[in-house]
Amino acid sequence: MIHTSALKRYNWRVIWLSLAYAAFLLAAIYTFKHHLLSGPAAIAVAALPALPIIGIFFAMGRYLLEEQDEYVRMLMVRQVLWASGFALSFATMWGFLESFDVVGRIDSYYIAVIWFGGLGIGSLINKLTVGDGGC
Amino acid sequence: MENRLRLLRAERKWSQQDLADRLEVSRQSVNAIETGKYDPSLPLAFRLAELFGLSIEEIFVSPSRRSSGAI
Repeated sequence: MIHTSALKRYNWRVIWLSLAYAAFLLAAIYTFKHHLLSGPAAIAVAALPALPIIGIFFAMGRYLLEEQDEYVRMLMVRQVLWASGFALSFATMWGFLESFDVVGRIDSYYIAVIWFGGLGIGSLINKLTVGDGGC
Repeated sequence: MENRLRLLRAERKWSQQDLADRLEVSRQSVNAIETGKYDPSLPLAFRLAELFGLSIEEIFVSPSRRSSGAI
């Protein structure tokens, strides 16, 4: 396991953003379940859970800027490339299958979930090719 | 890239972690460079050379020279 100070800061940011995501999601579900808001306020609350997820993408970019260990940074860049390629390929493939009614519709935010899964695939490929998984 | 890092480190009785601490990088970085799995950037190669008091060419084997049989 690799530990750098930039990685520790990234991990803490992800933890806080994940907690914010859980809180915003629960708040949005409660609000809509009880029909507490409508109009622009409802749109704002519905968008709230997306913000911490977007924040995690920013945290990743910030980490890549802050990481001083070039080898560790290279591992993470490879992971991000694998994750992005995986998520975009999945979205493209599913989009066509959906268009031709071969598969059911899925909510587009699942692409982010696929991207996070792709980070795991990137880590595995790093492990198999250079011997270190990365982050 | 082939190199003499392991030998130079052993001469000084440094562990990979010792060298990593001196270079301010992770132990995994030192291991990856030492085993030729990762080629360091020019700034890091210079830091290595300055640490051992050698030139870069005395630590790393040029791939082109190696393939032409010059070494």
